[in-house]
Amino acid sequence: MYVAVKGGETAIAHSLELLADKRRGDREVAELSLEQIDQQLGLAVDRVMTEGSCYDRGLASLAIKQARGDLIEAIFLLRAYRTTLPRFGASEPLDTTHMVAERRISSTFKDVPGGQVLGPTYDYTHRLLDFALAASGERPSAATAPAEPTDRLPRVGDILQRDGLLEPPPARTAAEAQDLTRQPLVLPADRPLRLQNLARGDEGFLLALGYSTQRGYGNNHPFVGEIRYGHVPVSFVPEELGFAIEIGEIEVTECDMVNQFAGSHDVPPQFTRGYGLAFGHAERKAMAMALVDRALRAGELGEAANSPAQDEEFVLAHSDNVEGSGFVQHLKLPHYVDFQSELVVVRALRAEAEKRREQTVLSQAAE
Amino acid sequence: MPDTDIQGSAYNYAYLDEQTKRMIRRAILKAVAVPGYQVPFGGREMPLPYGWGTGGIQVTAAIIGRDDTLKVIDQGADDTTNAVSIRRFFARVADVATTTRTEEATIIQTRHRVPETPLRDGQILVFQVPIPEPLRMLEPRETETRTLHALSEYGVMQVSLYESIARHGRIAKTYNYPVMVNGRYIMSPSPIPKFDNPKLDRSPALQLYGAGREKRIYAVPPHTPVKSLDFDDHPFEIETWTESCALCGSKESFLDEMIVDDAGKRLFVCSDTDYCESRR
Amino acid sequence: MTTNLLAPGLADPPHDAQRLFRGVLEAFSHPGRIIELRDPPAGPGTLSPAAVAFLLTLADRETPLWLDAGLDKPDVRDFLRFHAGAPLVPARGAATFAVILSSSGDPFAGFAIGTDTYPDRAATLVIEVPSLEGGPACTWRGPGIDGEARVAIEGLGADFWPAWAANHALFPCGVDLVFAAGSRLVALPRSVAVEA
Repeated sequence: MYVAVKGGETAIAHSLELLADKRRGDREVAELSLEQIDQQLGLAVDRVMTEGSCYDRGLASLAIKQARGDLIEAIFLLRAYRTTLPRFGASEPLDTTHMVAERRISSTFKDVPGGQVLGPTYDYTHRLLDFALAASGERPSAATAPAEPTDRLPRVGDILQRDGLLEPPPARTAAEAQDLTRQPLVLPADRPLRLQNLARGDEGFLLALGYSTQRGYGNNHPFVGEIRYGHVPVSFVPEELGFAIEIGEIEVTECDMVNQFAGSHDVPPQFTRGYGLAFGHAERKAMAMALVDRALRAGELGEAANSPAQDEEFVLAHSDNVEGSGFVQHLKLPHYVDFQSELVVVRALRAEAEKRREQTVLSQAAE
Repeated sequence: MPDTDIQGSAYNYAYLDEQTKRMIRRAILKAVAVPGYQVPFGGREMPLPYGWGTGGIQVTAAIIGRDDTLKVIDQGADDTTNAVSIRRFFARVADVATTTRTEEATIIQTRHRVPETPLRDGQILVFQVPIPEPLRMLEPRETETRTLHALSEYGVMQVSLYESIARHGRIAKTYNYPVMVNGRYIMSPSPIPKFDNPKLDRSPALQLYGAGREKRIYAVPPHTPVKSLDFDDHPFEIETWTESCALCGSKESFLDEMIVDDAGKRLFVCSDTDYCESRR
Repeated sequence: MTTNLLAPGLADPPHDAQRLFRGVLEAFSHPGRIIELRDPPAGPGTLSPAAVAFLLTLADRETPLWLDAGLDKPDVRDFLRFHAGAPLVPARGAATFAVILSSSGDPFAGFAIGTDTYPDRAATLVIEVPSLEGGPACTWRGPGIDGEARVAIEGLGADFWPAWAANHALFPCGVDLVFAAGSRLVALPRSVAVEA
């Protein structure tokens, strides 16, 4: 009998126990602490916070532990918790010129005010498995330059913009940005809404789309104007105070992509921007996001929009891995009622086809 | 993993916060006021996966109260794992009585079936909807389909059904069979078999449809005409079986087919488990 | 008015709102059916308990509210602002909800009717009437009604039903109505045709 889907309460209870058992693994091996996940799997925590839209390293670590390292499952867990939290309001926009940067690079200029800071990066590691890591043992701390938090770190884009070579960033509007987690996505979307969608979007999906623009599917000639990663202060205006107070700081990665633009009848040639921002240290995500953001501006900039990355509805409707994961995997649910309906029709159609074939054979024989 | 009791924890009654419930309730009223029209709503991320009934769950969570009796079915059965999981969710978060009896239920959340037992005034049938847009497979763009609905421009659907007739000699669509609601909106009845479509027509129960991932709610009020699309020379017809239910002998209900041995021997039983049990 | 004490809102918000909403939902599902709400909040006095129940169940800071001049009193404003948080707006076109006295002329003019692509973006108007029975009888037909319903709402002006006919003709656009009297209400969604 088709009992697999009719297990009921007991089967679910057993399944949950088995899952918890699998999660813990061999009891001889020490259990992971949330601190270990936070400190030693920090980039996984960053991704879960970014796509989970919730900056909380502890919760993200818990989600990763509970999900056994399945980051999309962890993102889902974090989001399902986030959605139950009360909303106190929206923070002031982050000012990343106040970033205490651990890393900051520009590929458009050899040197820039504030300097190039290589910082921690996998970029120049040789991808050789480091077998020393397989054994335990402490490493000495790395030498670091003292941070200068009072320094304002100008953006490379701002310098280009002063000369009119780069389009200015969009003007800040008084209207509070729509919140995708509270309101349905309405198309066509404006840029703040698109960026919100992309920030929550699956890194792999954005990476593939961004990559496709580099291979000619909506090329926009990108240069990394700047990537910076570090701490920025977060400010909030409590209604009872009426002025902004700093409520903490978060780590973000910001990517300002500079793209060629031929200019139009009204606008002299200038560079345009694509923007990416992610929690924590997530350069691949921020860069892919910036490429896709720029690609989605095709219509606004009067470019032909024929490629997947330029198709707003296609990109925004499919970027979310929690939605995609759920819908793909819902195919595991029983569909035997629908399948039965199809069976009935396919059998009827086959019977009719068979009858027609027999009639043809008979009439041919009669001739 | 211990089964965390969310009663008495920080979660609100029926899981959703009150503001979210109000937003969904407003959407439900507009859906009832414009039968068959898909109302966008600020669907929340639920603790169950998208595609597994989050739309239906949100609708149920927005209407359910302690006086209700809830029935949850999947494929017509109360004991399929997803039905069990959703029923358990509401028993936990909404402190609500549950039943498998169609007559006893005030709210029936369903995936893929309409109960065989006729529904009555006062009952609410909540459908889980994967793709609310009936034109989606003909036109993937929301911006386009929205305009087609606005203009009642449904030629694309007629053409698609007609092509099916041209190819197969009949409309080969078997489930999620499109309907016209109150003569105005073409609507997806969710992936119920077309066998169930006639039950939607002028039903005394209220039908609410929730699509969580696509963030749409729509409704068919009681006694509202729901017509399955067809052509004069190819009228709508439902599935029939030559077999009858091996358990209750029903010849009228929708039958599930089971393969019972390696030789491919078939057995047919009612898909609606409550209906079947009540007849045995 | 010198009252400092605000009338109480919903005593047990999740359960009260749920119960009252089900009354409203039944009303919308069965246009013309008189729904007696169970234990609606009394409110500040100027509004009927049914109207108060409707607003406290459905209005919040995301739903601008328009009040008829005859209802726009400090105690009503304070009550709705405190318990619903709904911003009161002077322009009809900006309102999601409105409360109107049956004696008002031109009851629907200027309210949002939605658009062809988004007909849901239309206002819902609560109309305070003296009684839901005993007025001139009309015949209602449409979704939610088995055949036809005879409804005899009291206190509506002579131009009311012609105005409704014009609103119904806008379908799928148009406003939706809730008639409130005491703790009872009747809903009239735009889909329903009324023969006076």
